[in-house]
Formats: sequence, structure tokens, C-alpha cells
Amino acid sequence: MSTLIFGHSRPGRRAPGLAPECEEAIDDLPNDLLRKHPPALPEVSELEVVRHYTRLSQQNFSIDTHFYPLGSCTMKYNPRAANHLAMLEGFLGAHPLAPERGRQGFLACVFELQEMLQAVTGMSRVVLNPMAGAQGEFAGMAMIRRYHEMRKDAGRNEVLVPDAAHGTNPASAVMSGFRVREIPTDREGDVNMEALRAAVGPQTAGIMLTNPSTLGVFERRILDIAKIVHEAGGLLYYDGANLNAILGRVRPGDMQFDVLHLNLHKTFSTPHGGGGPGAAALGVGPRLEPFLPVPFVARSEAGGLVWVEEGDRPETIGRLSAFMGNGGVLLRAYVYARLLGRQGMRRVSEYATLNANYLARELEAAGFELAYPRRRASHECIVTLKREAREWGVSAMDFAKRLLDYGVHAPTTYFPLLVPECLLIEPTETESPETLDAFVLTMTKIREEVQNDPERVRNAPWTTPVRRLDDVRAARELDLAWHPQGGLDKA
Amino acid sequence: MNKLSKDLRYTESHEWVRRDSEQEITIGITDHAQEALGDLVYAEIYPVGKRLDAGDVCAVVESVKAASDIYTPLAGTVAAGNPVLAKSPEIINRDPYGEGWLLKVKTAHPVDLSGLLDAAGYERMLAEAH
Repeated sequence: MSTLIFGHSRPGRRAPGLAPECEEAIDDLPNDLLRKHPPALPEVSELEVVRHYTRLSQQNFSIDTHFYPLGSCTMKYNPRAANHLAMLEGFLGAHPLAPERGRQGFLACVFELQEMLQAVTGMSRVVLNPMAGAQGEFAGMAMIRRYHEMRKDAGRNEVLVPDAAHGTNPASAVMSGFRVREIPTDREGDVNMEALRAAVGPQTAGIMLTNPSTLGVFERRILDIAKIVHEAGGLLYYDGANLNAILGRVRPGDMQFDVLHLNLHKTFSTPHGGGGPGAAALGVGPRLEPFLPVPFVARSEAGGLVWVEEGDRPETIGRLSAFMGNGGVLLRAYVYARLLGRQGMRRVSEYATLNANYLARELEAAGFELAYPRRRASHECIVTLKREAREWGVSAMDFAKRLLDYGVHAPTTYFPLLVPECLLIEPTETESPETLDAFVLTMTKIREEVQNDPERVRNAPWTTPVRRLDDVRAARELDLAWHPQGGLDKA
Repeated sequence: MNKLSKDLRYTESHEWVRRDSEQEITIGITDHAQEALGDLVYAEIYPVGKRLDAGDVCAVVESVKAASDIYTPLAGTVAAGNPVLAKSPEIINRDPYGEGWLLKVKTAHPVDLSGLLDAAGYERMLAEAH
């Protein structure tokens, strides 16, 4: 493992060229709030800083350097144009508290993004204030809760979650004060309708669904599900995690969903994970509109764009953060959506599903077992390696680790939990046929290694900066902080 | 591959249950469950005295892959949690039917496990699922 920046530290070494000049001395802080010792910062030269962080960035697996078929995550390419335009000086220099009249350009971007997402999801209103997908889910469930409360129907304390749902769904339901009831999946990957009919009742607040589901197949009886849940008095929550499969073709609003969140960092290609903060859109049908969180952008009667705040929306569930969501991320999503246009959005789902189905068929032809061979894949497909595990004693995790040696980011492993020894593979629309063919060849090669030299696979990766981590020990002896010797204050 | 104990009863959600006395049962997870979950890193048993209806969650186990709720098949109160689990959750992987037991429940009524699967029935269920 490479040395931490602190390991390069030598007393007195400095990088003065990077430090901003302090124009005014800050000398009015209360004495008891001042620290007694200087902080334990690393003392390094400018060149050492540059080398250290450049080296770290080179060790990273990223979509800019490697194929990244991480299922359920939609690791598509983030176009440079979106980045470039979101970094225009006028956007970067703006303050969130600046008066609306001086921010009409930014407000117009947010407003148009709201409108485009309304059109593509079929919801009656979309807002962009959640700071992440999970917060969008939380806000969506809070609105369902408020809806039932306002109707004096507070006995609805149960949320139905199919077992093919994203793990965040039951978590969001519980965070919002609901009990979760799991609905099983049938053999072909659809919701078990008998179990659903038996589960709904006067206690049902709603159902949370991802469609296509995490099994990589489209829930074919969605309209029947909607009817059953609505007739029981519950609402339908759409988790937009897999929207990339149906973008511009099937609208959640038309599938009768009442509320949804979209992960803009997935479908709308804003930077992912360590590359930037997440962002979500939250959309609702007419029944939940009064409860939407604030602020969002609307056109005033005078024609200008304004923030709609608490005072304008007496029934709102409130604010999700001090300001209005991740502005810089929303701008990237806006540029991406404008670059695509209506036709482009349809092509996204067309190529995302074409790539996934091509990969599924080629892997099947190469002798790998698909979890749902009779179903057409959505934007991702699932391979089960249970035969490889049984016959040669190698696991899906071993395959995943060996892929790293071949310069491929591992697909999602052991998720969904319903499929043993599984790899959930999502190529996205931005990969070429050559990349997909190379992936199938690599998988085939690894299987040959499994038969001839299994230790080579069981002990992979061999070429990465860090070999196989002890994930069990990391979880059992959880330690998230680095502490300098002698504590954070240097004695 | 999966070891099954003939003396226990089983649930469809992969718990095993043993009748200890007229009004007490012990609950654990099956060998199949520990194998599917992988290395367990954490187990939370609901506090002693906590009242439970049949089918309620009574414990949560967490592995490097997933967290999973554990349900009691009978109503009652939590009588004891396995004290070893806090320090050594891996005991569930090593000995799921013995030292890796999760909790004891004092049942509200005399113990009746006739609604649960026997070893053969549980085995059949596993075979059908895979």
C-alpha cells in the first residue's frame, strides 16, 4: 500500500506557492476557542503533494480509464461538455443567497430541468432539492406518510417491498416510520401476485418498486400491481435506479406511480460516488403535489423565475437542506439532458438495453448461466456462477477479483441476494461492441484459468496496488479514522 | 453440503427452532442461511424482556454481504441472548446449530412447533428453490 501524505512529512518543509495570502490578520477570536497547538498537518513540498495525489489518482479504477459494468449503478460516461458548461464562471461565482433577479440564468436551467424530467417521467411536478438519491427516497416516503395523515388515515403503517427491490427501499421506509413487509418474487422474476393480494389491506401505506427490478427484468404486471395497491388505499413509489432501461419509452406516471425519485448521477450522467456528490429529482402525481419539499423553481405572474418557499406551500414536508440541492450537479444533468434531447433520451435506453442483451446472449453462448434465461434483459443482466462454484470451488467474488487483473472493474457481486453466486452486469449505452466482446473473452479466459490453475483465480488480484482486502476483519473491527501519533493536536 | 440437524424444526425464512422446555425455545439460523450470508460480522439480539408476536423480528444478523432479520415463529418474550455473539459473531458460521445459537424465547403459550418444517421438509424446500 502506498504511503499516506503524512508519511512524506518532514519538519519545516513547505509549499508556500500554494498558500493564499492572508490580507487581514484575524485577531478577534475569543481566546478560549483558539487551539493550543498547531494542527498536525503534513509538512511537504509542492512537488511531493503533486506526486502523491497524482499517484493516488492513477491507482484509481474509474470510468475514464476502465470498463465499469457495475450492475445497478449505471456507470456511464460523464460527457466533458456537461462538466465544462457547469463550470462557467457565472455559475461558479454565484452565491445561493443572491437575489433571484441576478440569478435568472441558473434558475432557468433548474426550471427547464424540472420541466424536462416532468415530461420524461409523466409526473405532474418534479423538484430537484434532494441532496442524494437516498434523501429523495426519504422525502418521497415522508410525503406518503403526510398524505395518509392529512386524510386521517393514520393506521396505514406498513410498506410493501418486493424482495427484488433495492436495499435502500426498506431502509427508507423504516426511516420514515413504517413497518416493512416483504413480497416474494416468482420464478420468472415478477412480483408474486398472490402474495401481493394477500398482503394488502387497511394497514397498507404503499408499495416501493423498482421497474425494471434489480433482477434485470421488467415487471410485466405493473398495471395490475398498481390497481391492487390503489384499490387497497395505498400509494405507489417508483425507485428510479433503473430508469436508464426505459428512458423516453415508458413513463412511471403512465405506470400509475404516485411518487418517484431519479438518481441524476445514474441516468443523467452526473459524476458518481467519489467523483462528486449525488443528486436526485423527486417527482409526484397530483395527489402528493401539496406536500413537495421546498424550494423549487416556478414562473411568477410577472414572468420571472422565483424560488417557491415554505410560505408559498403551507402543506410542504419542509426543506431537505439549507439551500436548494446540489446546484453544480443539477447543471451537469441539465446540460446532459439538453445534449440528448427527446430523441437522444430514447437512444439512451435503446443502446443500454441492446448492450445488456448482447452481453447476456454472448455470455450464454460462451457457456455462462443466466439467472433468467427466458427473460429479455433490461439494461443489465445476471450471470450465476453456482456451477463454477460447485465444480471448481471458485466463487463469484474470485471471478470479480480476477477481472481487476484484466483491467475491468468488477460487476456487482452477490446482489440481488435472491440469486446465488451472481454477477450483476450493467454495460450502459456508452460502451462499444469491441469492449463488450473483450469482456466476454476475459470471462471465458478466467473460466479456463479456473479449470487449469484455480489458485491463480482464488488469490486474485495480483496486479492492483492493494491485494485482496480482509473485508470480514474490516467490518468486525470497524475503524474509520486515521489518528496521527500523539493525537490530532501536536504536543 | 448442508448439515441438517434432525432434532430441530425449521422455518421458511431459514431459522431453526428447538423446544427446550414446556415454555421455552431456542432460535438460531440454519447452516444453509449462514452459508448464504457468508462471514457474519455482527448480531443484534433484541433485549431480554422484549415482547414478541409470532412472526416478529427478534434479532438482526449482518454479514459482509447483507443484513438479515430473524423472526420468532412463536409469541413470547426474549429470555436470553447468546452472550458470545457480541465478541465473536463468527461462531454462527462455525457452529450454527450449537454454540452459534441466537436467542431463547419464553413463549406465551405451551410450545407447539407442529406448524414448522421438519428436517426433511426443510431439505425439500431448499432443493426446490435451487
